[in-house]
Amino acid sequence: MATEHQLEGNGVSHDDHDHDHDHHQSFVSKYIFSTDHKTIAKQFLITGIFWAIIGGAMSIIFRLQLGFPNSNVGWLKPLLGQWITEEGKIDPEFYLALVTMHGTIMVFFVLTAGLSGTFSNFLIPLQVGARDMASGFMNMLSYWFFFLSSVIMMSSLFIQTGPASGSWVVYPPLSALPQAMKGSELGMTLWLVSMAIFIVSSLLGGINYITTVINLRTKGMTFSKLPLTIWAFFLTAVIGLLSFPVLFSAALLLVFDRSFGTSFYLSDIYIGGEALPNTGGSALLFQHLFWFLGHPEVYIVLLPALGITSEIIATNSRKPIFGYRAMVGSLFGISILSFVVWAHHMFVTGMNPFLGSIFMFLTLIIAVPSAVKVFNYITTLWKGNIVFTPGMLFSIGLVSLFISGGVTGIYLGNSAIDIQLHDTYFVVAHFHLVMGSASFFGMVAGVYHWFPKMFGRMMDEKLGYVHFWFTFVGVYLVFFPMHYIGIAGFPRRYYSFTNFDAFQSFTDLNMFVSVAAIITFGAQFIFLFNFFYSMFKGRRATLNPWKSNTLEWTTPINPGHGNWPGEIPAVYRWPYDYSKPGAEDDFIPQHIPFSATPESNLPHENELIAEEKEEEGIVVDETKES
Amino acid sequence: MNQHIDMKNEPVRPLSMHPQRFALWLFIVSIVMIFAAMTSAYIVKKSDGDWVDIILPQSFWLNTIVLVASSVTMHMAYIAAKRNNLNLVKIAMTITTILGLSFLVGQYVSWGELAAMDVHFEGKPAGSFIYVFTGLHGFHLISGVVFLIIVLVATFRFKVHSKSMNLIGMCATYWHFLDGLWVYLFIFLLLNH
Repeated sequence: MATEHQLEGNGVSHDDHDHDHDHHQSFVSKYIFSTDHKTIAKQFLITGIFWAIIGGAMSIIFRLQLGFPNSNVGWLKPLLGQWITEEGKIDPEFYLALVTMHGTIMVFFVLTAGLSGTFSNFLIPLQVGARDMASGFMNMLSYWFFFLSSVIMMSSLFIQTGPASGSWVVYPPLSALPQAMKGSELGMTLWLVSMAIFIVSSLLGGINYITTVINLRTKGMTFSKLPLTIWAFFLTAVIGLLSFPVLFSAALLLVFDRSFGTSFYLSDIYIGGEALPNTGGSALLFQHLFWFLGHPEVYIVLLPALGITSEIIATNSRKPIFGYRAMVGSLFGISILSFVVWAHHMFVTGMNPFLGSIFMFLTLIIAVPSAVKVFNYITTLWKGNIVFTPGMLFSIGLVSLFISGGVTGIYLGNSAIDIQLHDTYFVVAHFHLVMGSASFFGMVAGVYHWFPKMFGRMMDEKLGYVHFWFTFVGVYLVFFPMHYIGIAGFPRRYYSFTNFDAFQSFTDLNMFVSVAAIITFGAQFIFLFNFFYSMFKGRRATLNPWKSNTLEWTTPINPGHGNWPGEIPAVYRWPYDYSKPGAEDDFIPQHIPFSATPESNLPHENELIAEEKEEEGIVVDETKES
Repeated sequence: MNQHIDMKNEPVRPLSMHPQRFALWLFIVSIVMIFAAMTSAYIVKKSDGDWVDIILPQSFWLNTIVLVASSVTMHMAYIAAKRNNLNLVKIAMTITTILGLSFLVGQYVSWGELAAMDVHFEGKPAGSFIYVFTGLHGFHLISGVVFLIIVLVATFRFKVHSKSMNLIGMCATYWHFLDGLWVYLFIFLLLNH
């Protein structure tokens, strides 16, 4: 720490005669406007955690309203001010703003930027063996665009008319007409501006991830030797590159409708008996454009978590991943299918039933690659020497959530059943399990697993176990009962059910869900404490604490900018040589050549030794100029 | 906290494509997706009915010729740079930039023609879409012109020659793409108006 203080103080004078040694960087260029992928990853992580707290706290506030509709929440007045009415109730329009912002924040700011931004940035260069991202500068821009978009979204929480309230899908005409509701005034404008900047940020990031994976792999790192994490991040970036521009188009047309008098989405609207001048538009057009992003977005959120899980489960089962090629294949399958199922969000928009059947068929096919993945996770665990680290527990938790949330997807994917279940709590339960919680579990698992590489210290295991059990049980207690509430026909986004005779029955169940949600949310503070405490006071990490095979564990405990002192290690084998028969240890890292492990080589691997020798002799051109 | 790292510059495999050029292609993919979304939105909206037939401004033809010509001069500059004929590079790049700028002016003039035909940005989507297509394409073309100017400046500083083709190569790729994109949009509008 002493040297660090010195660095801060002397940073400026050092800069003058500093050319390429990051060692002498000033505080600003090292921790704030850094181009080091590891620092940028941590920036994404911290910002993501910050947003997760805000998004989680919002859900607690609206759960209070749903679970205890008659209680007085006047004690929230110091925090929410005008949004609490005179009678101590949450303002109904603010309730809509809460669910909207909860969705937006969790989907985009936490599980897209916080998850992909953190782990793609952190792991891609480390696991493929690169000094940094293809363009460190673009990577830095990616974070700061995200930061700017965060600031704008945050500022919309503090304006008089409140943030956007038309739900995270912002369907027009509700979102297009400022007079429709308070949240469609300035709040919606800020939402659109913030999202446009967010899209720029994720495109900058995504272009970098893809380029790095394709162009900057180390010697010997063929695609068939890539860790599954990298496959997942790579395909996530590809999906993002193809789908986010479409959301950009949709948002752009919405901006024109709102502020420039066009009528892409508006037609024949009467307000107070007066017709609006807009004619010729179609509100459904927006839904098509939105869900063309919206559905792939689900996989942008989920795939990184699945990749992280593959890595953690194989490492901690001390077994090779079962069906590596099938895993890659199913990632491809999911990525491709994600683009041809968007209309299953629109079954009840009056679409042609025949078209509905096609989208239903395509949707149900996704069950196949998903089931392949689940099967492979379980068979990897089967008869493994399982080490129950907190990261491993969260990964197994992800598999559990992925199954129980995925099964309900088969129901919802059926266009006939969807007529009954559409926009009910059944949908809420489904996607919170399969996408929300599963991805969240993947993210937390990744933090526990790669914390030693990020901060050179270990997180506390006991607190990790407590955190896991509270979260795992809590998540099921929150979302499982919601299926029943949904089958009973309770629609989502309703402020209160007390006015309807039909919805008197589940008051107690809603109360139960709210209590479970509060406990689960509270348990996250155990994680927060563990995270920040361990960053400074945790046990010092060893070089390879989980005895893992991938390249990141061959770097120093606290790698500097450039990752490897000396040469970047070459790669000779796939990343899953765990418990190989005959081997001395139960793991053989990727950079160990076959010539060094004659005792465990398979016949075809012995043949590769000659090739290894040849490879080492190759001297290659240093210049990057083509 | 971080250790000092003594990096060795190890030999790197020659890449099939420069990372920056690859990133440019990915950027182009994202632009393609924006316009794919826009044009399919156009088709979906048109099939919805309630459509008005709009006659495209005549100046679109002239603008298209100007832009295609700029692509030709861009390619001339690229070939000349490969052959180290630096004078020709300068001339061809300058002409390309001027043609690019005149295309932008031409597009602005066609907006005037559209307005004269009583087709405005407000109103029915059929007309608004034309403004969105041209405006969005024009916006990207401005970035292309900026890129042209960067390369032009580099040419005058003797930084573009047969041993340093990356910058002008990327510029040529981007410019040909923007050119092709306009031709696509124009044909699309001709067929679907």
